Amino acid sequence: MSLQKVKVFSRFERFWHWTQALLIFTLLFSGAGIHGFHQLVDFETMVWVHVISALGLMVLWTFAIFWHLTTGNWRHYMPTRNGLFKVLRYYAWGIFLGEDHPYRKRFWHKHNPLQAMSYLALKLVLFPLLWLTGLAYLLYGFWGQGALTSGSLEWIATLHTIGAYAMAVFIIIHIYLLTTGHSTIEHIKPMITGYDEVDLSEAEEEYLEQDEPGRIIKDK
Amino acid sequence: MLKLSMAFSSVLNRKYLILCYLLFNFIPPLSLAASQPGASMAAVEGGNTELGINEYDITAKKRPVDKSVVILGEKAEDTSTTDHSKLKELQGPFSSGPEVTKACLSCHNKAGHQFIKNKHWTWKVHIDKTGQDLGKSVLVNNFCTNAAGNEGMCAQCHAGYGMTDARTYDFKNEDNIDCLVCHESTGTYYKLPPSPGNKACAVMFEGKPKIDLTKVAQSVTLPGRSNCGACHFYGGGGDNVKHGDLSSVLFEPPKSVDVHMGVDGENFSCVICHVGEGHEWSGSRYEPIAKDTIGQGKPGLARQTATCESCHGLQPHPANLMGLKLNDHTDRVACQTCHIPEYATGGVATKTHWDWRTAGKLKNGEGYREEGYIQGNGEPRHTYKSIKGNFKYGENLKPMYVWFNGTERYLTVHDKFDPAKPVEINHLEGSPDDPNSRIWPFKRMETIQPYDKGNNTLVYMHLWGNDPDAFWGNYDFARAIKHGMADFQLPYSGDFDFVKTWSYWPVTHMVAPKEKALACKECHSKDGRLKDLEGMYIPGRDTNPWVEKIGIFAVLATLLGVLVHGLIRILFSRRRKAS
Repeated sequence: MSLQKVKVFSRFERFWHWTQALLIFTLLFSGAGIHGFHQLVDFETMVWVHVISALGLMVLWTFAIFWHLTTGNWRHYMPTRNGLFKVLRYYAWGIFLGEDHPYRKRFWHKHNPLQAMSYLALKLVLFPLLWLTGLAYLLYGFWGQGALTSGSLEWIATLHTIGAYAMAVFIIIHIYLLTTGHSTIEHIKPMITGYDEVDLSEAEEEYLEQDEPGRIIKDK
Repeated sequence: MLKLSMAFSSVLNRKYLILCYLLFNFIPPLSLAASQPGASMAAVEGGNTELGINEYDITAKKRPVDKSVVILGEKAEDTSTTDHSKLKELQGPFSSGPEVTKACLSCHNKAGHQFIKNKHWTWKVHIDKTGQDLGKSVLVNNFCTNAAGNEGMCAQCHAGYGMTDARTYDFKNEDNIDCLVCHESTGTYYKLPPSPGNKACAVMFEGKPKIDLTKVAQSVTLPGRSNCGACHFYGGGGDNVKHGDLSSVLFEPPKSVDVHMGVDGENFSCVICHVGEGHEWSGSRYEPIAKDTIGQGKPGLARQTATCESCHGLQPHPANLMGLKLNDHTDRVACQTCHIPEYATGGVATKTHWDWRTAGKLKNGEGYREEGYIQGNGEPRHTYKSIKGNFKYGENLKPMYVWFNGTERYLTVHDKFDPAKPVEINHLEGSPDDPNSRIWPFKRMETIQPYDKGNNTLVYMHLWGNDPDAFWGNYDFARAIKHGMADFQLPYSGDFDFVKTWSYWPVTHMVAPKEKALACKECHSKDGRLKDLEGMYIPGRDTNPWVEKIGIFAVLATLLGVLVHGLIRILFSRRRKAS
């Protein structure tokens, strides 16, 4: 095994990540406005922005789901307990003592076990919760009579709000964790350039050199 | 009617003269103004107080002759197939209104049969949904209270001749239909009260220009705004007093006041929306359509309804994202709710409060009036009148909003109530759980008026008459109520008091241009217009308190958590460097 600079985030993945980030911030801001937290923009515009961003995000996710399934990248998010405790211990204690992060990125496991588990929860629970309740909220006019007042809308809205708070919590932690490690820039860089240090097996290294030379940067 | 006016020719003492003026604040202005001498308007000490009661100088304007659009079509010119001025039947001379009516009915030989079934004639309406028999002939409102027994005055706005008493009036005599009041277009026609009230009132009619009935009869056309408005803009005893959304401003409104009627816009007359055939019109306040589910109907089908949807359809907003969202609202929000942000606009105020308790105060033994409100167009309105009590006015008012399904249950003179609570004259049915209900805008009129303390019912008052019991003359509630109840063989305990009443008036005219329609936040906010409307979830207004508490706590706890985590990292890192 050896640490090599490998392209782990493809162009689509980076595009997906940053577009999604922008849309989520827009959704949080406009959603907070619609919810009554601020009046920085008028309600009508915020509804418009919220709906457009949500639809945009759903289109993006349609592509992302397709991408995950066809490229096999879904495997990065398979949950494992292997090494999970070490990572938890690191964030709870080792980080203060200046220890190195216990996880080394591997070619098919670019996320540490805690990361993989969080992202999986995000993709399988939080995102669907927000889309489904959001779509139901948006389309309440089609449910038929009485929806406005039957209490269903209130449930939908409440679940959507819970999802929004959970998303806000995720973002705070996600951004904070950028500051761990050697430097914040170093954490953001891979999502810009696509390259990060990965612990490659000899076979993987050989494969990349032979079949995808552009994905690996060998030290000169 | 003209015979009547000729009969009232003797001028009596000044006190009676004043009384007449006082009574005549009821009369739609029509064209009486020019004839009013200022004799009784002597100013007395106390600023705005004036003896004598006359509203003409405030509301009386010559009825403008409008050239409003009475038929929808692309052609601007008159497409009528008949020039009435050429008809031999209308060459006159006519000595009375009924003579003109006979001439009309000699050609329009079904019009009479049609019209005598109409509310404008019968003053009666039966509501199938509630089984109630309503109409001006029976109802008690919270303005001048009852037309019943006071027809001598109130029937000035009856579309017939000479109804001094509805109990004895011949409702089968088609010759007494007043065709002209709705169809003439010279602006010179006017109606007087069927009876003079007090005999001295004859002076009111002196010097009035004689109506040239031949000219008036030859001018007939479809009703313009000036025809309908002559009565409907003055309901309740003055300009815009009753409805709030029907005022003299609508004779010639700017588009900014009414997008449909605006002279600089569509210039519609009333009958463009209040479509009718066979002398029956759509758009009854007694039985409104709170939710139209048919819309424009089949292509080419002219629907007999006054709903917004009958022209604008059930999906009136454009098919873009915002339009779709707005169309989502139409099942539960009436068009009027967003498109009439304010009523009593354009400079004419509406009465909002009326207190009958103070009626009857005299100065120098005479009734008087006070002007305490200057409305938007600069004209003063009376805030006190001896014959009626105290008033409050309002302009550019935000309506109140109510779930309404089109059913109103009226409190009739027979119904008992609990005087401890405000009494609803017309209870509006509807709820958020009822899919036929929509959120509707209303004007609420608040009045403190007499009631039968022993029986807990409303009362008929004998206001108008040439007798010692009429309130407008003797200012004695006890006698006026006793007489009013006895006239209709109604039980009366003999003991009256005053009770607070509310009546609700749908706000449906004065539709603003779309730029002035309500913005979303007017309702979608915590302190918005719908803040008191319960039973449904409104985004931006409603939140689940537990979700909010836990959610905000979670976000703050996370922020605090990462902050502490970061601080500990910094501290430990410094310590390591130091060592």
